[in-house]
Amino acid sequence: MGAFILRRLALAVPSLLGISIVLFAVLALAPGDPFAELATNSNVPPEVREHLRASLGLNDPVASRYLHWLVAMLHGDWGFSFISRVDVTTLIWQRVPVTLGLIGTSQLLALAIAIPVGTLSAVKPYSWFDRIASTIALAGFSLPTFFTGILLILVFSIKLDWLPFVYRSDVEATGWRAVVEHVRQAIMPVCVLGLFQGAGWTRYVRSAVLDVIRLDHVTTARSKGLAERVVVTRHVLRNALIPVVTLVALQMPTVFGGAIVTEQIFRIPGIGSLLIDAILRNDTPVIMGVTFVFSVLVIVFNLVADLLYGLLDPRIAYR
Amino acid sequence: MASSIPASPTAEAWRRFRRHRMAVASLGVLALLVAAVVLGPLAWRVPIDAIDFSAMTQGPTLAHPFGTDDLGQDLLARMLYGGRISLAVGFAAMAMAVVVGVTVGAVAGISRGPVDAALMWLTDLFLSLPQLPLLLLVIYLFREQLKGLFGPEGGVFILIVLVIGCFRWMQVARLVRAQFFSLREREFVEAARALGATPWRLTWRHILPNALGPVIVAGTIDVAAAIIAESTLSFLGLGFPPDIPTWGRLLFDSKDHLDIAAHWALFPGAAIFLTVMAINFVGDGLRDALDPRRVLS
Repeated sequence: MGAFILRRLALAVPSLLGISIVLFAVLALAPGDPFAELATNSNVPPEVREHLRASLGLNDPVASRYLHWLVAMLHGDWGFSFISRVDVTTLIWQRVPVTLGLIGTSQLLALAIAIPVGTLSAVKPYSWFDRIASTIALAGFSLPTFFTGILLILVFSIKLDWLPFVYRSDVEATGWRAVVEHVRQAIMPVCVLGLFQGAGWTRYVRSAVLDVIRLDHVTTARSKGLAERVVVTRHVLRNALIPVVTLVALQMPTVFGGAIVTEQIFRIPGIGSLLIDAILRNDTPVIMGVTFVFSVLVIVFNLVADLLYGLLDPRIAYR
Repeated sequence: MASSIPASPTAEAWRRFRRHRMAVASLGVLALLVAAVVLGPLAWRVPIDAIDFSAMTQGPTLAHPFGTDDLGQDLLARMLYGGRISLAVGFAAMAMAVVVGVTVGAVAGISRGPVDAALMWLTDLFLSLPQLPLLLLVIYLFREQLKGLFGPEGGVFILIVLVIGCFRWMQVARLVRAQFFSLREREFVEAARALGATPWRLTWRHILPNALGPVIVAGTIDVAAAIIAESTLSFLGLGFPPDIPTWGRLLFDSKDHLDIAAHWALFPGAAIFLTVMAINFVGDGLRDALDPRRVLS
């Protein structure tokens, strides 16, 4: 198992490098010269401008500029926010836990829906339950997160006035009241993200279970006289979850996209809303930092999926 | 069926497609939506930017069937106009994704060896990029320049189609490559090769037409995904400018007035939902129709 983890870690390095090259290329190709203002300023002679450019390494070949940039990014040296004058690293680290909490809870909700519903659908394909569940899943998967968010706000905050629609990190209450408040304001964002993912995954789980349930070992398990529940959970589900894990990992970029939208709707102070604010205010260092963090998170989650894969399917881990 | 003449592949696919009732209904809904945005502005001749302060944030009335926004602008007219842009972005981005995907997949599938490995590495890399943050970053960095080149409408349109297309070709590329791998070992391709067909002709005339089924399905789903992507960008305030009221943009403008003008958010949101769901159902039906392995009772 240790060697397997190491091998997977080694495989993550090229993808991190690839992503960093894409990021840097986007940045390097972008129009706009940081010294454009100096060029039009007649008080700054061209030699001084040239000297400044050279001292900042802007005239170096692209490869060495990339290396400098990569080393700085990896050291956590991401510069200062143009707007709040705070170190970008501090700014991001304050907000990462909120985003991870939102994503984590909503993914648990999604799995709690997708696995039972998808399995039940596949055990009796084309039954009434399956038809209804599949139709609802397709509808839910077609409802974009921003519209679900608005619908939930309309119903539960404006019409019924049950839940707050603006997320506040500084809840006034203390003790139990504070916990209740935090849960109340987290319900809608978690549902928006969790229901959307859950609908998509229900479809995956259903088709994965359908593929496994016809295999011979399942027939064997049934003919041994095992209870249907045992057959489904121990013999079918465990095998069906292997492709599902891959698909879930492939979905991670979409999940982050959904998290950005959700954070923006409910004004949750995570890195997604930080990114949007930074873009609206032209705060380039923050934009770069957040995009980099999202890339790293995608890779980390892919790694976790790989490890889970190894746990579910021993053939892979010990090969 | 009693007829002894085998049905043509198209007729057979249509027969299979019709069995999926939701897909047929969705095809009708989709045709209606397209007709509405294409022909609607000709019939509903209210200007999209006529400001009327006496009719601000009104609910649906006879004069304004979908109500008005905070400047008293008619929402039906705005939605019909914006729908054109939303649907056009969806189809154009899909076309771009399919062209890139088929090219990458076909080149990888026909060439094997290091070229294939490199292209698949690129595909996997694109699959693991955080798409929305990168979309936002690219739009942030390049928007002004393209606006200068193609004007505010054209520039944003081209940029959005390009970036969405660039992030959606991977699925198609993988599908095409997988199809090529299985098809190029088949007897009819072998025969064509033995007759001296060039790799280009093999690809274009023999393998590609047979690999198109899954591509059509993936392309259909891509239209829905592109419409969602455009609406998401506009909803975040980073897509089209306010004078181009795409459905996502209307939602963005409405979200601070939810308590007084729910209709303003509900109509464009429902339009996006309906379009995307109809496209997804049609994709589902096409999958049933075009996958010959699928046995339908």
